[in-house]
Amino acid sequence: MTLLRVESASKHFGSLIAVNNVSMTVEPGELRAVIGPNGAGKTTFFNLISGFFRPTSGRIEFDGEDVTALLPARRVWRGMARTFQITEVFPELSVRENLRIPVEVAAGLRLRPWLSRDADGEIRARVTQLMEMGDLTSKADRLVGELSHGDQRAIEIMMALALKPRLLLLDEPTAGMGDQETYDVTQLIRKLHREQKLSIVLIEHDMRVVFHLADRIMVLAEGKMLAEGTPEEIAANEAVQAAYLGTAAA
Amino acid sequence: MAVSELNKRIPTTLVWLLLLTMPYWLPKVGGYVELGTQVVVLGLAAMSLNFLLGYTGVLSFGHAAYFGLGAYGAAMTIRYLVPSTGLSLIVGTLVGTIAAAIIGPMIVHLRGVYFAMVTIAFGQVFYFIAFRWSSVTGGDDGLTGWTRLPLDLGLVTVDIQNNPIAFLYLALAMFALAVGVMAWLLRSPFGRTLIAIRENERRARFLGVPVDQHIWISWIISCCFVSLAGALYALLNNFVDPRALYWTQSGDFVIMAVLGGMRSFWGPLIGAAIYVVLRDYLSSLTENWMSFIGLFFVLVVLFFPRGILGMVRRKVLS
Repeated sequence: MTLLRVESASKHFGSLIAVNNVSMTVEPGELRAVIGPNGAGKTTFFNLISGFFRPTSGRIEFDGEDVTALLPARRVWRGMARTFQITEVFPELSVRENLRIPVEVAAGLRLRPWLSRDADGEIRARVTQLMEMGDLTSKADRLVGELSHGDQRAIEIMMALALKPRLLLLDEPTAGMGDQETYDVTQLIRKLHREQKLSIVLIEHDMRVVFHLADRIMVLAEGKMLAEGTPEEIAANEAVQAAYLGTAAA
Repeated sequence: MAVSELNKRIPTTLVWLLLLTMPYWLPKVGGYVELGTQVVVLGLAAMSLNFLLGYTGVLSFGHAAYFGLGAYGAAMTIRYLVPSTGLSLIVGTLVGTIAAAIIGPMIVHLRGVYFAMVTIAFGQVFYFIAFRWSSVTGGDDGLTGWTRLPLDLGLVTVDIQNNPIAFLYLALAMFALAVGVMAWLLRSPFGRTLIAIRENERRARFLGVPVDQHIWISWIISCCFVSLAGALYALLNNFVDPRALYWTQSGDFVIMAVLGGMRSFWGPLIGAAIYVVLRDYLSSLTENWMSFIGLFFVLVVLFFPRGILGMVRRKVLS
């Protein structure tokens, strides 16, 4: 069954039409990239999927159910997790604490005023496991605000994974990164997709990353869908080259 | 790990030692027992405010409303209903808590200055009710004609009425209960979601925390304990007047929390102690004591933005 279905979603800000009648479906296990020039409406489109904004018109279905009107937290409970273009973490908390919070939320403990010793042990074990996966163990007790941009990005992705999502939304995961960091994050995403069969939708500027990772690519331009297809099809698409790749490659 | 655990225990032990031995050392340094009780009661109010301000990141400028409701609730229970100190504390706390629970859903979607303004507005509503409804509340003159009564514990009766030291220990027992619950909550999964909201609300929301609901609960807990402080305050003074509900009283709580350090658990208690002692000392010298407290506050905010305790902690760590 289709995991995510966006039907003719639009978002207007006053007279500006940021997203104009865009549809998309994502199948389980798929890695979908959304690309497009600056101002194409990619992040707004993401915000509609994750519940940051309600669409002006259109409908969003997750796992066969209408989630168009659901608050972000409720979409998270159903299995949707996201990261942001500008890293959103808890800078004055340690790496361990940053990961502990989503682990507890995912375990349904967010309102608990106490934890049993067993439950506490399970939470700690899961946090340790996530730190190992993100190669963060050596920084466990450092404050996240003191760490490098690349580390913060990895932490943010791990926080999203701590929620045990069925769909991971990544908004420009390699933005502002050097070559090595970009490579590391790309490898991490690839691993999550290949080994854990996680469904991922990703906005990305770096074409090397996109063509390396994506099963299918959707191209947005001026709020509208310009093209959709496999990386090969998109690379060969003349409209895309004219609107986007031509200027990016030059 | 062991060192940081020890670092956390030392201040807590020190604070409790000082509080529990107050009747012995306060008179020797020129104080008196009621002054210590004031510190405990106002410290409880400031620490309760700080549960919301320092640990959830939400600024209420209307906590006097619930402080005052607790005070009037306790006073009116004894004056009109039952002559029982225990019951007056329970009723006072419940009145403030229920009011906060009802008002909460109307305001928890607001942020920053809007939240602060609306909390002031609700506070002023209660102030004017207390001010105008003279036949019941005593109006501007305050509610008199009642006094706290000996505490009947079944087997023994404690004379908190005439023995100020006994009342101090009652206040300390209530303080311990409230502060213990808050400290415990802050170490729980729920407490961590509050800190998450303070640190980064957007991140918390997109980690599956329904932020408004959690702020509502934090608000109720904070107002519950500030109501308890208000009830104790009425019993301490055997008196309550509308100024306990006035918005400047809310401001005093904020000043205490910021003065002592709102990122530290005990900071607001230190702030309350400084505030109460300065007020006691300065008001015997000059009518304009508030301007000196104001000046002191400005200096602290300018030079020690993390408050007195925040500065001390930084010195110790470095």
